[in-house]
Formats: sequence, structure tokens, C-alpha cells
Amino acid sequence: MKLTRRKLLATSSSMFAVAGLTSMPAFASLTDDAITELTGGAQMSEGGVSLTAPEIAENGNTVPIGVDAPGALEVTLFADGNPVPNVATFKFGPLSASRSASTRIRLATTQNVIAVAKMEDGSFQMAKAEVKVTIGGCGG
Amino acid sequence: MASGVKPRVKVPKKAAAGDTITIKTLISHKMESGQRKDDDGNIIPRSIIHRFTADFNGENVIDVAMEPAISTNPYFQFEAVVPETGEFTFTWYDDDGDVYEEKKSITVT
Repeated sequence: MKLTRRKLLATSSSMFAVAGLTSMPAFASLTDDAITELTGGAQMSEGGVSLTAPEIAENGNTVPIGVDAPGALEVTLFADGNPVPNVATFKFGPLSASRSASTRIRLATTQNVIAVAKMEDGSFQMAKAEVKVTIGGCGG
Repeated sequence: MASGVKPRVKVPKKAAAGDTITIKTLISHKMESGQRKDDDGNIIPRSIIHRFTADFNGENVIDVAMEPAISTNPYFQFEAVVPETGEFTFTWYDDDGDVYEEKKSITVT
């Protein structure tokens, strides 16, 4: 086969496309893995959860985070820039009032905080917020 | 690390039946993440509180699974419904096997 410039471009770009597709799972971050483990790969929609986080956190050691998810059974928090993405899981019991909770978390660097809520009907809702961190909170 | 661990909980003393009340809890704990290194470069082993639960008269309000990303002196704020007069039990579970417990009673009028 005579290799023309046009052919070479076409084949190489298609090869890149295939490589890109197949290697996706390997490149998926720890956070995506952790979320998939939680949801079993189910589709998530946004809107059912509200996540309260500061836009800028001066100290990554204590970043106040609040979640509010009406009708949720449990809410899991992830921080995608931390060495371990899982942060906490809140399971709401029968006497829980508003399905909301707030706490303080550590963030290593500027990153996204993700809240995934498991609703009563078994579906999942998510919310995401970027927090800029001036001083990281993981020591070293 | 079981020294100097002191739970503090804020629960209103009175409420009306079926009311929603806000509860704030704090426990003093280092929450050593297992990521830090000491001066010689050795990793300081993880030592955190990994679970926190709040119950009212035996019924669960909230059950939190905690990872090292929770800050020093873990703080939680949440809301509960109080159907009758009773007692809240707050329990923290340490990595080293210790269990810290705090009780608060509330009068429902």
C-alpha cells in the first residue's frame, strides 16, 4: 500500500480516537472510581442536592462544607484533589429532619468538592463546587 | 490517642412536639490523617474517629462514616425531629477501638 499523506492522517487520527476511547477507564481519576463504586455506574442528575462551600478557603485544614438534599437517604462527599477522594458519608435516620448536615473538611489543593446523594427511589443526584485553597491541608 | 478527647454537644433543652431542632457536635481529636510525615520522614500512622452516630430514644438520626479528610476536632451540625421527651445519645468510634459517648436530654412540651 502506498502511504499518502492524506491516508496517513486519516488512519493515524482514527487510531488516536480508538486509543482515546479504550484507554478512558485507565485515565479515570480515583474520584470517578469511587463515585462509580457508590452508584454502580448509574446516571446522575443535578439539582436534588445543594452543596454549600466557600469559593476561596484560606486554610485547607478546615473548610466548612454543608449539604442539603431533601428526600435523600444518604449523602457522600468527595474531594477530587485529595490523596483519598472519599471524605464522609452521611446516612440519615428516621428522626432526621431536613436531610442536611454540615462539617469541616481538609482539602489538599484547589479542587472540586462533589456531593452524591442517594435518593429514596434509588436514583442518584449530585452537586459540585470548586474551592480555591490558599494553604493546603494535608501536611507533608 | 485517647487522651484529651472531649465531646461537646449543643442541644436545645426544650422543644415542641414534632419540632425540628438543630444539633451541633464537636469532639476534640487530632484526626491524624496518615498522610503526614514526622521530622525523620516517617509516615505518622493514621488515627482518626471513623464513625459518628446520633440517636434519639434508640432511633437513629444520623450516621456518619468519616475518612481522614475530616478536619481536626470533627464538627457536625444537623437537624432532628423530636416526637417526645427523651434523650439523645451521641457516639464517636475511634480507630484505636475507643468509643466516646455523650448524652443530652430534651423536654418536649
